[in-house]
Amino acid sequence: MMSNHPDLAKLIFGRLTIDQLPLKEPIVVGTFAVVALGAIALLGVITYYRLWGYLWREWFTSIDHKKIGVMYIILGLVMLLRGFSDAVMMRAQQAIAFGHNAGYLPPDHYDQIFTAHGVIMIFFVAMPLVTGVMNFVMPLQIGARDVAFPFLNNFSFWMTVSGAVLVMISLFVGEFARTGWLAYPPLSDIVSSPDAGVDYFIWSLQIAGVGTLLSGVNLLTTIIKMRAPGMTLMRMPIFTWTALCTNILIVAAFPVLTAVLAMLALDRYAGTNFFDTVLGGNAMMYVNLIWIWGHPEVYILILPAFGIFSEVTATFCRKRLFGYASMVYATVVITVLAYLVWLHHFFTMGSGASVNSFFGITTMIISIPTGAKIFNWLFTMYRGRIEFEVPMLWTVGFIVTFAIGGMTGVLLAVPPADFSLHNSLFLVAHFHNVIIGGVLFGLFAGINYWFPKAFGFRLDPFWGKCSFWFWLIGFYFAFMPLYVLGLMGVTRRLNHFDDPSLQIWFEIAAFGAFLILLGIVSMLIQFAVSFMRREKLRDVTGDPWGGRTLEWSTSSPPPKYNFAFTPQIHDADAWWQMKQHHYQRPLQGFTPIHMPKNTGAGIILAGLATVFGFAMIWYMWPLAIISFVALLATGIGHTFNYHRDYYIPADEVARVEASRTELLASHV
Amino acid sequence: MSAPTDSPHDHHDEHDTEHDGVEAIHVTLKGYMTGFGLAAILTFIPFFLVMSGAFAKSGPADALILLLAGIQIVVHMIYFLHMSTKSEGGWNMLAFVFTVVLVVITLSGSIWIMYHLNDNMMPWTMQNARNEP
Repeated sequence: MMSNHPDLAKLIFGRLTIDQLPLKEPIVVGTFAVVALGAIALLGVITYYRLWGYLWREWFTSIDHKKIGVMYIILGLVMLLRGFSDAVMMRAQQAIAFGHNAGYLPPDHYDQIFTAHGVIMIFFVAMPLVTGVMNFVMPLQIGARDVAFPFLNNFSFWMTVSGAVLVMISLFVGEFARTGWLAYPPLSDIVSSPDAGVDYFIWSLQIAGVGTLLSGVNLLTTIIKMRAPGMTLMRMPIFTWTALCTNILIVAAFPVLTAVLAMLALDRYAGTNFFDTVLGGNAMMYVNLIWIWGHPEVYILILPAFGIFSEVTATFCRKRLFGYASMVYATVVITVLAYLVWLHHFFTMGSGASVNSFFGITTMIISIPTGAKIFNWLFTMYRGRIEFEVPMLWTVGFIVTFAIGGMTGVLLAVPPADFSLHNSLFLVAHFHNVIIGGVLFGLFAGINYWFPKAFGFRLDPFWGKCSFWFWLIGFYFAFMPLYVLGLMGVTRRLNHFDDPSLQIWFEIAAFGAFLILLGIVSMLIQFAVSFMRREKLRDVTGDPWGGRTLEWSTSSPPPKYNFAFTPQIHDADAWWQMKQHHYQRPLQGFTPIHMPKNTGAGIILAGLATVFGFAMIWYMWPLAIISFVALLATGIGHTFNYHRDYYIPADEVARVEASRTELLASHV
Repeated sequence: MSAPTDSPHDHHDEHDTEHDGVEAIHVTLKGYMTGFGLAAILTFIPFFLVMSGAFAKSGPADALILLLAGIQIVVHMIYFLHMSTKSEGGWNMLAFVFTVVLVVITLSGSIWIMYHLNDNMMPWTMQNARNEP
C-alpha cells in the first residue's frame, strides 16, 4: 500500500507508518492483547443484552447533571486503573533494578510510564472525579433542577473523554511523551523530542482542557444564578462553597495552560521560538507560565475534597459544622493565595534571594487557613456523637495523613531546604502524600457518602472498610520509604540504581503498592457485592445517613427534575432545619416542569475533536482540515436545533411523587 | 416561555423573580457614539506612535501603548458590554476586580521573576548568539 504511492500515503497518513505500532515490545503487545480482549468482551456483553440503545438514549446523550456526574466518576475510576498499573510497573522496576540487574523496563519505556502516570492521574483521574462529584452533588445542594447550561455539561464531559482516549491510543499507536508530566522545554521541543509523544501530550490536554474550562464556567454560573430562594451566600453548604471557589480557580487558571500549550505547539509545529533561545525566547518562561496554572490546579483538586470532608464530618458527628464562617473565609483566602505561590515549584531555577524568600513566605502562609480547616474538623468531632461509617473513616484517615503531608510541604517551602530536597524522592513522597491523602481520600469519602443518593442503595460497609485499611496502610508503606530515600539524596525518575543499600526501601515501597492494589480490588469487589445485595442495602428514605443538606431531602435516586417544588431555604443546614421543623412534603398542586432535552451533539463533537487531535499528532493534514471543518459545521449546526426542551406533565410529576409517598409510608 | 434556550431561566420559573440577571439596559445611540469615539481615539494614538517610529526603540512608548490598551478594554466593557458597578447585582464588578488582581499578580510576578533570573545568569553575549545552532 505504502510502497506504490509513497507521496499519497504520506499525505493521507502523515508520519504514521506501520513501524509506529509497537509490535517489537512484548510488554506493550501483551497489554494490548489484554485490553483488546477486555474491550471485545465488554462490547459483546453490551450487544448481547441489547444495551446500546439504552446507553445512547439514557446516558451518552443525557444532559441530566446527575448522570453526567456519574459518567465523570466512572471515567475517573477507569483511568485510575490505568494510572495505577503505571505506578505498579514503576515500583516493580525500581525494586529490582539494582547493580547488574537492569530491570524489565528499558529507559525509553520507563520515561513514558512516569510521564503517562502523572498526566493520567492529574488530568484524567483527579479532575474527572472532582468534576463528577461537583456535577452530581452541587445542583442538588442548592435546590436546582439542572446546571445553568445542560448541553454544555454533556459536551464538556465528552471532551474530557476525548482527551483520555487520545492518551490511551498513545499506548498502542506511537508512543507517549518521555518528558515528565509537564513537558518542560527544551526537552519537549521538536529537536529533543521529534516523535509524536509530546504531541499526544499537547493535544490530549488541549481537548480535555476545553471540557474543563467550559464545565468551570457552567458550574460557576449555576452556583451564582440558580440557588433556591433564601439561600444567601452564607447559607450555602460548605461543599458548594468549595465548588464555587474551585470553579473560579478553573476559569482563571486553565486559559493559562491553554495558552502555554498553544505556544509549545507553535514552537513544535510552526517553528516559532517562544521557548528556545534563538530569537530571544526563554524556556524558563514555559516553567513560569505552566506553574501559574499548575499551582491553582492543586487547589482546584483539594478544595472540593475539603468540602466533602466538611459535609461528612458534620453528618457523622451529628453536629453543626464548627466554624462555618471561618471555613468559608479560609476557602476564599486559599483561593486568592493560590495565585501567589507558584514560584515554589522552581526555587532552584535561578532567581535570587528576594524572589525566593517572597514566594517561600507566601507558601508558608497558606498553611494557616489550611490549618484552620483541620482544627474546624477536629472541633466538630470534639464531643460529637461520631459514627465510624466508611466516609468518616476516610475523613479521619485524611486528617492524620494530610497533616503529615502539610508539614513536609512547609519544609519544602523553605528555599534553602528546597535546594537540597528538590527533584528528590522526598518531593515525590510529599505530593503523593497530599494528593492521595487529601484529594483521593476525599473523593472516596464522597463516593461512599453520596453513592446511595445516586443509585438508591448503600455501598457494602465491610468491603469499604477493607478498601480503606488497605489504602491507608498501603499508602504509608509505599511513601514513607520515599521520604527516607529523598532525605538520603535519591532523585526522582530513575530506572536503575547502583547502591545496593537502597534496595530494601524500594522493596518496602513496592509492598505498599501491592497493599494499595488490594485496596483498589476491595473497592471493585465493594461495588459488585453492593450491587448484588442491593435489596438489603436499599435506601427508601432518601436520607440514609441523617444528612443536613438539601440533597438528602429528595428520593434516592432523585427524580429527573430533582425537586417537584423549589425549596425555601432558612439555614445553612437546610434539610436539618426542615427536619427540626417537621417539614411535610407537598402532596398536591404539582405543575408541569420545564426540562432540557437530550442531545447527541456533545458526543459527536467530541468524536470529531478526537479525530482532529489524532490527525494533528500524526501530521495528517487533509484529515485534520476535514475534521476541523466538520467540527465547526456540527457546532454551528447545533445552534439551529430548536427542540431543546420539553415539559414533564403535572400528572407524571404527581405519579412520581405519589409512588415515593407510598414507599415512605410502607417503611415507617 | 417563547424562545427555548439552554438558559436557567426557562426551567426555573419559580426563581426568576428572586435573582434574575436580565435588567433593563439603557441602550442609547449617544452611548454607542461616545464609546465609538473613545475607542477610535484610543486606537489612533498607538497607531500614530507606531507609524512615527517612536515604538521602534523600547521606552515610554511601550508603556503608553499598554496603558491605552488597558483603557480600551474598560471602554469596551462600559459602552459596548453595558457593564457597570451595579450590573448583575454587583457580580460583574466583583469578577472584574478579581480578574484585575490576578492579571496584575501574574504579569508583575512573571516580569519580576524573569528579570531576576537574568540577573543571576551568565550575561548574554554576541559570542553565545553566534554559537547557537
